[in-house]
Amino acid sequence: MAGFLARRLLNYLALIVVATSLAYMLAASALDPRSNYEGRNPPIPPAVVDARLSDLNLNDRVPLLERYLTWGGGVVRGDLGRSVTGGSVGEDLGRRVGVTLRLITIGLVLGSVTGVAIGACAAVRQYGAFDRLSTGLSFGVLAIPTVVLANILIIAAVRFNEAVGAQVFLVSGEATPGLQGGPAAALLDRAQHLVLPTLSLSLSLVAIYSRYQRNMMLDVLGADFVRTAMAKGLSRRAALTRHALRTALVPAVTYFAFTFGTLLVGTTFTEKIFGWHGMGEQLVDSISTNDVNTVAAISCLAALAVLLAALASDVLHAVLDPRVRAG
Amino acid sequence: MTVADEELAEQRARDTVRAPATRPRRVAGRLLAKGRGRAGCALLTLIFLLAFAGPYLTRWGYTDKDFTAFLAPPSADHWWGTLQTGADVYAVTLRGMQRSLIVGLLAAVVGTALAAVVGAFAGYFGGWTDRSLTWLTDLLLVLPAFLILAIMSPLFAGGQWPVFVLVLALFLWMVTSKIVRNMTVSLREREFIQAARFMGVPPTRIIFRHVLPNMSSLLVVDATLNVSAAILTETSLSYFGFGIQPPDVSLGGLIADGARTAVYAPWTFWFCAGLLILTVLAVNLVGDALRDALDPASHRDGGAR
Repeated sequence: MAGFLARRLLNYLALIVVATSLAYMLAASALDPRSNYEGRNPPIPPAVVDARLSDLNLNDRVPLLERYLTWGGGVVRGDLGRSVTGGSVGEDLGRRVGVTLRLITIGLVLGSVTGVAIGACAAVRQYGAFDRLSTGLSFGVLAIPTVVLANILIIAAVRFNEAVGAQVFLVSGEATPGLQGGPAAALLDRAQHLVLPTLSLSLSLVAIYSRYQRNMMLDVLGADFVRTAMAKGLSRRAALTRHALRTALVPAVTYFAFTFGTLLVGTTFTEKIFGWHGMGEQLVDSISTNDVNTVAAISCLAALAVLLAALASDVLHAVLDPRVRAG
Repeated sequence: MTVADEELAEQRARDTVRAPATRPRRVAGRLLAKGRGRAGCALLTLIFLLAFAGPYLTRWGYTDKDFTAFLAPPSADHWWGTLQTGADVYAVTLRGMQRSLIVGLLAAVVGTALAAVVGAFAGYFGGWTDRSLTWLTDLLLVLPAFLILAIMSPLFAGGQWPVFVLVLALFLWMVTSKIVRNMTVSLREREFIQAARFMGVPPTRIIFRHVLPNMSSLLVVDATLNVSAAILTETSLSYFGFGIQPPDVSLGGLIADGARTAVYAPWTFWFCAGLLILTVLAVNLVGDALRDALDPASHRDGGAR
């Protein structure tokens, strides 16, 4: 078991290294930091631009391999390089990671729990009114891309605020800067900012998980072990939650690893549209500002996150399914 | 084996030969039997008609600008109103839909073909082929697709959208390829594959003639659902300016522009956003109904993807 785990971790490490290197090479050859200095008035002398770019390890006149080795040497020592503005990429991302994690965690927990609950309820009363309603709604939600959903939410919120005559939903940023009042006011302000981004992130998750959970639940509801559980005297409720739901959760947990990448992308869109200063926003901005080092650092973090999700789903799988632990 | 047995076997062989001709018709029948499949097919047909025949109904082209009407509401002249630039919303939205549909269809077909070939080769040959192909699949799963596509966006400028389709397809195939691989591993031990192998049929031929046709239903459903995935990715990329590049039009770019003026000029946002949602909905409905129609054993309706 330990050998298997060590091999798997080693494989993950190799995947991260290769993925990050590939992303760096692609970014370094496709993005053009030199263009940031063009068209200035007064024009910057080429020698100054060259010196500045060399200083940041972004000079496209230096061979790609040499730049890569300089960058890689820094990364091994824990230095992720510097952004185009000269700031440290590591410090900048350190500030932003927290924002993204908060958004993802709340969205993920809310989305998956609600989705699983809805799916399970729908399966228990198959073809009932609730089942039909949830099926129809999830088909609708799955057809709306996150970028459109976020904008629809914003438009609806603006309309709602106008109708009520008060700023109930706030659509830009994470908190109001320079807010007066005590901690209660600050908390309320944060909640007002949080509602819409969380909704835009978790609605599609709810739709995916409810569909998936419903199908898995339908598969086990007719199974012999559920009937046996009820026959030996368990109430229908206990049999459904303790036996049917637990078994039906296993594939949903495995599915979690696959949806995590989608979730990261969804967070990117949500952050950018709602103006949260997280990693996703930085990703979109770093590409438009030709910030090679930041792009590489973000792809490294994204690869790490996807693999951690895969690992977490393996562990959860083992927790839920005794056969995995024994095997 | 007696002569009668042989005749019977021949008879059976002829029956099975004839079966494929009727199978598409049977599947189509099952597809249209349910309300969901019917609604999806009808919606999809309407959307295709609108996207490809609709532009001929108006005198405005997607590059035309009406300098007498900026941000004008829908009227007899401009059916869906105009944008801030004076462009006709009807014309540009249909142009964007054409692009989205073509990009989605092509990327889905290429992506599914890639998934089938990679998965089948990995599963059939096993050993080093399997290990290296699986590793490649994992690598692409780990690479952030949106970021790579966005970085490569300068390559798509100047009418190079086929390159965009190829790169988009490159990030669509991984999960299916894993499923195909696992199915191939179990198919490889089946009698008819072994018979083909012992008769000396080359491995590539076995894969294309015997392994892949056995997964056709999975692949058809996957290709359909990939269409909506590709359309969604394309739209999101174009929304941030990384996908289809101007002067060409894309739904994503239109939605991004429309979102800014949506509150006081709703027509700039709702027509393109609504059509996009309808397109994806129709594709998902068809894909879902196809899954049920191709697999009579499954009695669930509505799958999650």
